Amino acid sequence: MSDSTGRVAVRKTYKLFIGGKFPRSESGRSYPVQNSNVALASRKDVRDAVLAARAAVKGWSGATAYNRGQILYRVAEMLEGRRDQFVGLGVPDDEVDEAIDRWVWYAGWADKLTQVYGNANPVAGPYFNLSAPEPTGVVGVLAPAEPALLGLVSVLAPAIVTGNTVVVLVAEASPLPAITLSEVLATSDLPGGVVNLLTGRPAETASWLAGHMDVNALDLTGVADPELAAEWERAAAGNLKRVLRPAAGPVDWSADPGVGRMTAFLETKTVWHPKGV
Amino acid sequence: MFEYAPAPESRAVVDLKPSYGLFVDGEFVEPADGGTIKSINPASEEVLAEVAEAGPADVDRAVRAARRAYDEVWGPMPGRDRAKYLFRIARIIQERARELAVLESLDNGKPIRESRDVDVPLVAAHFFYYAGWADKLGHAGFGPDPRPLGVAGQVIPWNFPLLMLAWKIAPALAAGNTVVLKPAETTPLSALLFAEICQQADLPPGVVNILTGAGETGRALVEHDGIDKVAFTGSTEVGRQIARSVAGTRKKLTLELGGKAANIVFDDAPVDQAVEGIVNGIFFNQGHVCCAGSRLLVQESVYDEVLASLKRRMARLRVGDPLDKNTDIGAINSAAQLDRIRTLAEIGSSEGAERWSPPCELPDRGFWFAPTVFTGVSQAHRIAREEIFGPVLSVLTFRTPAEAVEKANNTPYGLSAGIWTDKGSRILWMADRLRAGVVWANTFNKFDPTSPFGGFKESGYGREGGRQGLEAYLDV
Amino acid sequence: MTATTASARSDLSEVGRSEATLRTFLHGLPGVDQVGAEQRTAMLGTRSIKTTAKAWAIDLAIRMVDLTTLEGADTPGKVRALAAKALRPDPADPSCPPVAAVCVYPTMVPVAAAALWGTTTRSAGDAGRVHLASVATAFPSGQAPLEIRLADTRSAVAGGADEIDMVINRGAFLSGRYREVYDEIVAVKAASGDAHLKVILETGELVTYDNVRRASWLAMLAGADFIKTSTGKVPVAATLPVTLVMLEAVRDFRDATGRQVGVKPAGGIRTTKDAIKYLVLVNETAGPDWLHPDWFRFGASSLLNDLLMQRTKLSTGVYSGPDYFTLD
Repeated sequence: MSDSTGRVAVRKTYKLFIGGKFPRSESGRSYPVQNSNVALASRKDVRDAVLAARAAVKGWSGATAYNRGQILYRVAEMLEGRRDQFVGLGVPDDEVDEAIDRWVWYAGWADKLTQVYGNANPVAGPYFNLSAPEPTGVVGVLAPAEPALLGLVSVLAPAIVTGNTVVVLVAEASPLPAITLSEVLATSDLPGGVVNLLTGRPAETASWLAGHMDVNALDLTGVADPELAAEWERAAAGNLKRVLRPAAGPVDWSADPGVGRMTAFLETKTVWHPKGV
Repeated sequence: MFEYAPAPESRAVVDLKPSYGLFVDGEFVEPADGGTIKSINPASEEVLAEVAEAGPADVDRAVRAARRAYDEVWGPMPGRDRAKYLFRIARIIQERARELAVLESLDNGKPIRESRDVDVPLVAAHFFYYAGWADKLGHAGFGPDPRPLGVAGQVIPWNFPLLMLAWKIAPALAAGNTVVLKPAETTPLSALLFAEICQQADLPPGVVNILTGAGETGRALVEHDGIDKVAFTGSTEVGRQIARSVAGTRKKLTLELGGKAANIVFDDAPVDQAVEGIVNGIFFNQGHVCCAGSRLLVQESVYDEVLASLKRRMARLRVGDPLDKNTDIGAINSAAQLDRIRTLAEIGSSEGAERWSPPCELPDRGFWFAPTVFTGVSQAHRIAREEIFGPVLSVLTFRTPAEAVEKANNTPYGLSAGIWTDKGSRILWMADRLRAGVVWANTFNKFDPTSPFGGFKESGYGREGGRQGLEAYLDV
Repeated sequence: MTATTASARSDLSEVGRSEATLRTFLHGLPGVDQVGAEQRTAMLGTRSIKTTAKAWAIDLAIRMVDLTTLEGADTPGKVRALAAKALRPDPADPSCPPVAAVCVYPTMVPVAAAALWGTTTRSAGDAGRVHLASVATAFPSGQAPLEIRLADTRSAVAGGADEIDMVINRGAFLSGRYREVYDEIVAVKAASGDAHLKVILETGELVTYDNVRRASWLAMLAGADFIKTSTGKVPVAATLPVTLVMLEAVRDFRDATGRQVGVKPAGGIRTTKDAIKYLVLVNETAGPDWLHPDWFRFGASSLLNDLLMQRTKLSTGVYSGPDYFTLD
């Protein structure tokens, strides 16, 4: 790529995003996409990404909801600034708009979901009794291939806004918007490790993620093959991961997403305490 | 000495038949292949009754009955009418409370004081609570018109036979589903009495179907193509198998599995109530409680004092006839469970922990295990990691709140936890950090139909009870 | 404060040394969770005491009664009738044991002593005979100058009382003047001489179980032989949870010091069923060592007749009626 002045452009190396850093795959492998060589993640990259995600849980889930909301809104600001880059990668204008708006929508949920999804319980006794949602922990996500940006944002934002950290296996066919998104995330005050993005072939790495005993949940939304989805759901049963299955039919990504993608990766914690003098 | 004379509850209130069929489509029917299971009284080993063992053909018949009832009656029925059936059931449970309590103690071995004062009142309360939801689902926070799932296949354990049935059936029916429920192999009788209560309530045929049987029956039910929802309470191992078996289907799954709860006592705790909480936490229902406080974490500075109080209190526990109104600890539910408890207790001793039980005379017949405490236990001991599901407490120590949290969370389970301290801010700090679905602060083993119950991590997923408990039975 | 360590044991004599040491000690006692304490007693209230156990418990309860009359309208005749009832609660049944004590105002002490023992002193050979308790210290309010309260005490002892039921200064306790309360108990104990001192905490006015626990320890540290719940003159008298907390206190105090102190719930205990609940509470909290009239008493009046009716029911097999028992 060179501009009209004949200047030789500096090309971008498309790498993984793990723990806030941009490593190459430990395997040293890559695969070509749109004239770029994209890192081809291995099972060891999955391992490293889960470690990074686990390390980030304490800080991210312990941050105030207001703080998480602020950071996610900052992500939307950065997305807006990189608008043209996504368009340059072939993401349609309206999809970019939709993705940014979707991100803002989810950002605002950070300090509201507990109010909507938690509640006080009027137990039949002298007890304070409160149920509130808490993040599940580390969520493995298989991102949909299409729409590359909106689909990714639509699975990523709901998982992290509540305090989970994620390891995302980006769809093999459309990694470039994901990598650009990771550059956005890296410059948005999002703590390293909250989002980890692995490009490559999910068919090769997903079973490692699904079977990993330190992953708490698995979002299979991006899995098109029902056989593979079933296989990974079975693998997820090893430590009883919460599993979000692929939709039964086609998904309208521009429709109101509802809260289901957030609540799928929440635990309800109920606290009791006596009331006395 | 103040010796309490025997005060047995009369069993005349229970009218047991020699044998029971399956409850399918509103009627008791013979099983297709005629297999039977004997249900025994674990306190005496006498046979109480024979029940049918449902096979695949029976499962199919029951699921079809439930589907027809869902399509034709229960699904289309207005919520307010479903509510009235559930209220009716709740009332009949209250009216027949003593009968249910005695039967539960006979079949399960739990003390009549618990079945009478805890289990059965909670069962009725559960039906009352969810009855009220049936015509208000649009206000439950799951959208304006949440839909039922269809037919639910439900498999429940033996530790709270009737209460677990209520936890499963009440929300399922309120949400508009129909059910096929399999009670545990060793405790089927109260579920069969519940079937009679459904008849007495004129519940439409097929809305509730009860299939007795063992593990194979449960497997056939869970794997049946005709169900839309699986709800299971039981061991983590079986939960895993079920999660695998429903993989790739559209069946919605909720699991309530094992636990190894930490009960954490700080040096500023209200000691006498903490000791009661420790005792209630591990000896309630013979320790056959998934949320039992089986790991006692005591701050080192009060270790001697707490242990002395605990042992003194344990010496007052009355072990024996479940039907005696003064019994605190009844019979272990089965020979198999007794074996498991014995095995793990022996492992505890062989791994170097110090074992103590108060002097207590156990009956000759039946399955019994004295309340037991192990001290000198470390995180590495098997009795600190594995669910024993019996009256066996492992005691560990800690020095700081952070250490307590770390040790409490250092387990694949995450069902419940206890905190004992007079410092409010510490309670809330701890509660935030404990990875458990229920946190009891300055109390333990409290249950209420309005209060969601269920675990983190390998203790399962989904909640039972409360508004959240509806979600398990709605398409949200 | 269970199983206080040996070093703490040696320190307890110093606890009353100053306001600061007392406060530090009393506020260092473990808290009481109201809900938990009440649930414990509710659970123990479900104990079912039948047949032989019930017969045993009824006789023990009769032997533990401090048969009480504390009315402005008390007369010598009334007190003599009460003493007669104390000695032979059921004239028709000689196997019925006497009560533990009669409890009267100081002015009635000589009358009661004469009626009980024929003299003004209960001699050493009278073990097992009925004691004579007197409320003193400006009962029930305690709102009189200390000298008057001490004179009240001395007069009761001089008149023959071998047990003194004093009231603590609740006002001082609630405002945190622990040393003042402590010193007054010490003074009354001295004025009581050989008579046993029961210290009435008036738990209905202390309100919280934390206060009940602190007041219990305060009284014991100051030398109380018994701690007693109530005067019977305020709306809230003895309750099972208050008695639970006091039983825990005497249990722990003995662990800490080696000295055993008795407990007396008073007021509001009217039925056999209630009394048996208290005995179960004693049995399962402080333990069997306290199941004796030397260590546990009921301050009551109407309770006795219900115990007698239930006793008769057990021995005859038919329910009795109030006409068959004396009104005193």
